[in-house]
Amino acid sequence: MSVMTTRIDRRKFLKTGLAGATGLIIGFYLPGRHEVLMADAAPADLNAFIHISPENTVTILVARSEMGQGVATSLPMLVAEELECDWREIRFEFAPAARVYFNPHMHSQGTGGSTSINSSWEPLRMAGATAREMLIAAAAQKWGVDASGCRAQAGEVVHAATKRRATYGSLAEAAAKLPVPDEVKLKDYAEFQVIGKPFKRLDVHEKVDGRARFGIDSRRPGMYHAVVLRCPVFGGKAAKVNASKAKSVRGVKDVFPISSGIAVVADNTWNAMEGRRALDVEWDEGPNAAVTTAAIFERFSQALEKPGVPAKTVGDAASSFSRAVKKVEAEYRAPYEAHATMEPMNCTADVREDGAELWVPTQFQTSSQAVAARIAGVRPEQVKVHTTFLGGGFGRRGETDFVMEACEVSKAMKAPAQVTWSRDDDTQHDFYRPAALIRLSAGLDASGKPVSFAAHIACDSVFRWALPSAVQNGMDRTSVDGFSDIPYDIPNILVDYQLVPGPVPLGFWRSVGCSQNGFFRECFIDELAVAAGKDPYEFRRDLLRHSPRDLGVLDMAADKAGWGKPLPHGRYRGIAVVKGFDTYVAEVAELSLDADRNVKVHRVVAAVDLGQPVNPAIIEQQVHSGIVYGLSQTLKGEITIDKGRVEQANFDTFEVLRMTEMPHVDVYITTSHRTPPTGMGEPAVPPIAPAVFNAIYAATGKRLRRIPYRPGDLA
Amino acid sequence: MAIRFTVNGKPQTVDVDPNMPLLWVIRDTLNMTGTKFGCGLALCGACTVHIDGEATRSCITPVSSVEGKKITTIEGLSPDNSHPVQRAWIEIDVPQCGYCQSGQIMSAAALLAGNPHPTDAQIEQAMAGNICRCGTYQRIKEAIHRAAAMHREAAPATGAEFDRIEQGVVAGGAK
Repeated sequence: MSVMTTRIDRRKFLKTGLAGATGLIIGFYLPGRHEVLMADAAPADLNAFIHISPENTVTILVARSEMGQGVATSLPMLVAEELECDWREIRFEFAPAARVYFNPHMHSQGTGGSTSINSSWEPLRMAGATAREMLIAAAAQKWGVDASGCRAQAGEVVHAATKRRATYGSLAEAAAKLPVPDEVKLKDYAEFQVIGKPFKRLDVHEKVDGRARFGIDSRRPGMYHAVVLRCPVFGGKAAKVNASKAKSVRGVKDVFPISSGIAVVADNTWNAMEGRRALDVEWDEGPNAAVTTAAIFERFSQALEKPGVPAKTVGDAASSFSRAVKKVEAEYRAPYEAHATMEPMNCTADVREDGAELWVPTQFQTSSQAVAARIAGVRPEQVKVHTTFLGGGFGRRGETDFVMEACEVSKAMKAPAQVTWSRDDDTQHDFYRPAALIRLSAGLDASGKPVSFAAHIACDSVFRWALPSAVQNGMDRTSVDGFSDIPYDIPNILVDYQLVPGPVPLGFWRSVGCSQNGFFRECFIDELAVAAGKDPYEFRRDLLRHSPRDLGVLDMAADKAGWGKPLPHGRYRGIAVVKGFDTYVAEVAELSLDADRNVKVHRVVAAVDLGQPVNPAIIEQQVHSGIVYGLSQTLKGEITIDKGRVEQANFDTFEVLRMTEMPHVDVYITTSHRTPPTGMGEPAVPPIAPAVFNAIYAATGKRLRRIPYRPGDLA
Repeated sequence: MAIRFTVNGKPQTVDVDPNMPLLWVIRDTLNMTGTKFGCGLALCGACTVHIDGEATRSCITPVSSVEGKKITTIEGLSPDNSHPVQRAWIEIDVPQCGYCQSGQIMSAAALLAGNPHPTDAQIEQAMAGNICRCGTYQRIKEAIHRAAAMHREAAPATGAEFDRIEQGVVAGGAK
């Protein structure tokens, strides 16, 4: 890309008064919304993005949720690149809920879909450039010189000819009185000084001494602590409640029904939990009381007897399959998965007659605000959302069930209330990654080249639960992700989908559809390589000749992992490549099996292409993170249903990866495609399950077709 | 019934249900929120504190059992992030979401106090009870080695420095 000059017409920047603050404040102006913002007399800091104080600190309002993925560092870096400030003076604060902070990918203020960097790439750099130009203009005016002779560097404006310099802090108030420039010039990729560097995280200090405030750490004067007893069966409700024992538990203040169950309110969390243990409830288990995982998969299986809704059709997969020299058919499955964030769900609410406040670890500020407004009976603008640090998100915190509970309890108690979930609550009342069943078939010609490929997918739809309007004609694009965009050069392809509605609540689980479809596709491609008698890496290479970015990461991962080179005795490799959220990731897993067939993954090599990297250290962290998250679903826990309820409860029954099982991970980031950056929060998850399962095949000659791995499956 | 103990050198007296786990006393009664709730069954390690120097899961420790004992939480590990484990955590940029890190750091500090030069395998075993869903394990391991190296650079001894730092803070906190 060449030098970019952007006319600020779509989004105009404006100066705004930050409550109680002086200095230069840069915010956004949205065309057509100007009047709305003004008429609402919104809080003065509503649209701030940058605040430069007379004391020289630069505060960046971070409008995405920090759940470990590093936005509290990487988003300020985008501003700092253009602002030319001193990085040591940078601070961050989480933005309130407001339209100016909308994520254009979500049409709301939310964090998900690995979109934070991409959606902020242009606006935050422009905000930085705008502030810089105004500071330069203020200095030029002060010195009576031409602005073109001034430049900004490291938090100062410098006039080279007269060797004068002034700090941003000393110029901030004068700059705030100047007009906002109509046009700013953004740097070319080759000029980046901040972007592309492994800057240290801005949130590290408060995360090593207990200062960081997560949602569960919120404390308000006069606050109650509450827990909720929910029916263990999906769709069930309380038929009879005897609360007399619960109410006599020390510290318990009240027990009452709310829309999700029975709330037990106490003076501290433990007493609330003790009160809940003493509750005597008879459940009306409703229509799902007999549901089992086996029955759900049986329904998937029946659905696959009929053709589904086409998601991708190229050529004629059926007739080319019938003519193929070699035919491969397989059925794969994936289970429900819980998110299992380390911080259990929670929310602190203060619902008053004149408005409400939330202190909430949310990925979805505007939905949280809307839920609170509905319960409080006020307008959304009357709800102030304080986003805390999130102790993990992975999609779970885009839901608002916990917000609703806290608001209902606070409203009933006429006081601030914090609702905390136990680990069991969290595991058993999640919005799960869908279980899925898939039938795959492919035909090869005499040379071993695939001539047909068909994928028939059956599962419930995440969007049916999260946003029903996004399901069109029985199609949920997340259910077919990874197949509808299959990169392999095969002349005849059919991908279709059977939406099988079920009672198990579904939600967005880190990497969403690709979390299961990546496993299915990349293992089946391996099966085709075996059928063709080819090396799995070389087989993929041949089919990716017209997909340079998939091929690029595949080659990089294979090269760095020493693909094809001898391994120590008993070690085996597997490879997979999956694009997720427009980021390309290939992973090579190296493992061994012991005499009891336990798998030990020793090493993973990952290669990623996400366009221009913003912070390579954070990208590396996210690749580690995605691989660990993916290894948990590959080797550890699954969610199963019996009698309409989740059978797992805590980390003993829903196991996740521990340090003893952590492989050494090497991450390589290609910079060969200088395009606007895509995200890294999710895309490292999908390739690890197939890379591991393909390595298990290499080790044993047995093709396993369901996750998670169980040693018994090899018997 | 009043129960007495010290937290980070400061004497505390609480009058709560004697079965109440220390975790909730620390978080809700004393309002020190650095120690985290993750599972309630000693399965995840997020609630790890030191009781008389031993890494202990506070979520299953009845408060009645700590009568007269010295408790150190993440807030008391050092007054200024100067404990070698904290310094190493900062240098290596370990935390992601950060929620489990109080427990990870308290486990690591206890490990190094008893074994100033742990091997990879010893680190893995000592830290196996601490879950991190963000997957910071590789950097944790690296940071524990780094903290051990800092210790070696400072004074090649047995682990006394880790003890001294913690005890020093405990004493300092009492002022």
